[in-house]
Amino acid sequence: MQNKFLKLRINGRFRRLKALMVKEFYQIIRDPSSILISVVLPLVLLFIYGFGISLDANHVKIGLVLEDTSPDAQSFAKSLTDSRYFDVTVVKDRRELDKDFLRGAIRGIVVIPSYFSAFRQRQDNVAPIQVIGDGSEPNTANFVQNYLQLTWQNWLQQERISSKLSGIPLINAQPRFWYNEELKSHNFLVPGSLAIIMTLIGTLLTALVISREWERGTMEAVMSTPVTIVELLFAKLLSYYILAMASMLMCVTFTVLLYQVPLRGSWWVLTLVSSIFLFPALGTGLLISTTSKSQIIAAQISIVSAFLPAFILSGFLFEISSMPLPIQILTYIIPARYFVSCLQTLFLVGTVWGLLWSNMLAMIALGIVVFMVTAHYTVKRLD
Amino acid sequence: MFNRILALIVKETLMVLRNKDARLVLIVPPLMQLFIFAFAATLDVQNIPIGILNRDNGEKSIELVQRFNGIPTFNPIYYLKSVEEITSFIDQQKGVMVLSIDEQFSRNLDAKKPVDVQLILDGRKSNTVQIVVGYVSRMLDDFNQDIATEVGITLQNTKIYPRNWFNPNLIFYWYNVPCLAGVLTMTIGFTLTALSVAREREMGTFDQLLVSPLQPFEILLGKSIPAIIISLVEATIIILAGIFIFRIPFTGYLILFYLSLFVFVCSVVGLGLLISSISETQQQAILGAFGIMSPAIILSGFATPIENMPKGLQYLTYINPLRYILVIAKGLFLKAMPADIVLSNTWPMAVIALFTLTGAAWFFRKRLE
Repeated sequence: MQNKFLKLRINGRFRRLKALMVKEFYQIIRDPSSILISVVLPLVLLFIYGFGISLDANHVKIGLVLEDTSPDAQSFAKSLTDSRYFDVTVVKDRRELDKDFLRGAIRGIVVIPSYFSAFRQRQDNVAPIQVIGDGSEPNTANFVQNYLQLTWQNWLQQERISSKLSGIPLINAQPRFWYNEELKSHNFLVPGSLAIIMTLIGTLLTALVISREWERGTMEAVMSTPVTIVELLFAKLLSYYILAMASMLMCVTFTVLLYQVPLRGSWWVLTLVSSIFLFPALGTGLLISTTSKSQIIAAQISIVSAFLPAFILSGFLFEISSMPLPIQILTYIIPARYFVSCLQTLFLVGTVWGLLWSNMLAMIALGIVVFMVTAHYTVKRLD
Repeated sequence: MFNRILALIVKETLMVLRNKDARLVLIVPPLMQLFIFAFAATLDVQNIPIGILNRDNGEKSIELVQRFNGIPTFNPIYYLKSVEEITSFIDQQKGVMVLSIDEQFSRNLDAKKPVDVQLILDGRKSNTVQIVVGYVSRMLDDFNQDIATEVGITLQNTKIYPRNWFNPNLIFYWYNVPCLAGVLTMTIGFTLTALSVAREREMGTFDQLLVSPLQPFEILLGKSIPAIIISLVEATIIILAGIFIFRIPFTGYLILFYLSLFVFVCSVVGLGLLISSISETQQQAILGAFGIMSPAIILSGFATPIENMPKGLQYLTYINPLRYILVIAKGLFLKAMPADIVLSNTWPMAVIALFTLTGAAWFFRKRLE
């Protein structure tokens, strides 16, 4: 008897859940903003991030001040103009370049002084080359300094070979770039940006839509039916989970086909990792919608607490180890940090379980914390 | 007429300032972002974990390894024991580089033969590792120089003297804070306006405004002037923080900065109002604001340089007001940028402002009919 009763209750629960899911499905399909957030916005962002964010500096515009016209100086100038990293404007006097440098039209100035070759002939003197970087763009300045150094070293090497200077012990660095041999920055930026897009759907979409229901009072209306709050929230989360995963599938397809990023790990593991990431992400969205009173506040909180941290603190573009220690500690509570690392690895390296496990565990732990806090606030809100 | 607009300005300002949530959203996030992002958004390379595999026990290799110790760029350094460890070390992201020295290293050097050392680098972080390679090759170059001096040969009697103007130590927040002055001012001006008309329409208070004696363009002015003032106040706070807390030199003319900030804020506020008058609901306004702001920040040159983008996107950046204010902000903070260059970046913003403000006015009127 009791058994039958239990069965009925479970049946009822499933029936209600199914009804709710159908309702959510129609709500999503009919609400233009859900479709906008889950289909249009990801594509726009994927496009903007994929093409707009690039660390591949080729043909950086620099100026070369050639005060010395000796063969020595000319030969170095040639190796610079031949380099694919630089776009060189050659002048005789540095003052011609000052204005362009101030405007930002050129990013560096190389000065070969008039006494360059004269000093080079003498044993007691060092012939100087000055490289001026634009410190108002520190990363570009670093790039200019590094690649000039490399061009200069190659030039010296050439000189040594042509002058048959031997018998000198020399150490050469042989760099091997694993997993991204051509050093294309979009190979790691595009997979990383998937984490940001997923944060957006998981958190912003959920927060916006549910907070609208609270604001309009439709949440209370549904709750006056036999549906329990747990069933209601579960149905909502499940629908947005499916929506987010569909969106992810779309983005991954674009990443592989349009951006030609290799997917070396398995699709199943990618699905697993994304599902686990959605656990804290959806939870955060739910938490924001329950605690904030209006859509505007919910939107702003989700942008400040989920979107921006996913962009800046996830290691997707900015190296976490270069940040000050307190901010490094802060990054540990950002779920996107773990997801970015998983995505970059799954796309470029393969299924590296050791790294994936620890990241997945961290995301699960964060999800549990978020859901416990959410449960606390939701119960309080209903009282 | 003037009195009417003034009354509306006072009302709008009070509405923002009296609302506790709005106040909170205006003050706390921008300051938080300023302090976190100024330090976090860095492409600087420091404290990079690396691994060293030294299979040679000679004096020279130990000397080379010693040079890696105690450099702030490389920290911590792990010592690997075998070649097999390299793959898992890189794969698990325990470090971004492994310096591998083979058994013949010292012997070959002593026999005056050239030797290779391998640098295995994690391509998942191609920007970082490129800087790392530059750094290591400079270290090896110094090392070579020292060995050559030991054996009494002049290897190269030329030298590169790297200098960086405007920011000699390449401190990253010297770049970030001036840029954030533009980015955050835009965020504030935009959120203040993009949501205002849409919200009033949804709440029904907009109709009340319409039945008042105010003309449509007066309402528009009354909405934009408080937003401009509040944005400029926030910009001032960021500039002051930049000068007095971050201690970044401000080398240009402040008056030029305010002139261009004013034009910039006008263009942003116009865009915000435009979105607000087009959208039917708050949610559309929020999405519109987000859908414009996030690409605008990416396509401004703040995250990565505009020069790196494909040509088509580079043209798109010309209609982005943030692009111009970033050039001006960095220029006036760090480069003592002269007035003519500043103004050549200001007039495009003025054109954008003209378009967005008239566009907003047009849609606004159209909505009323």
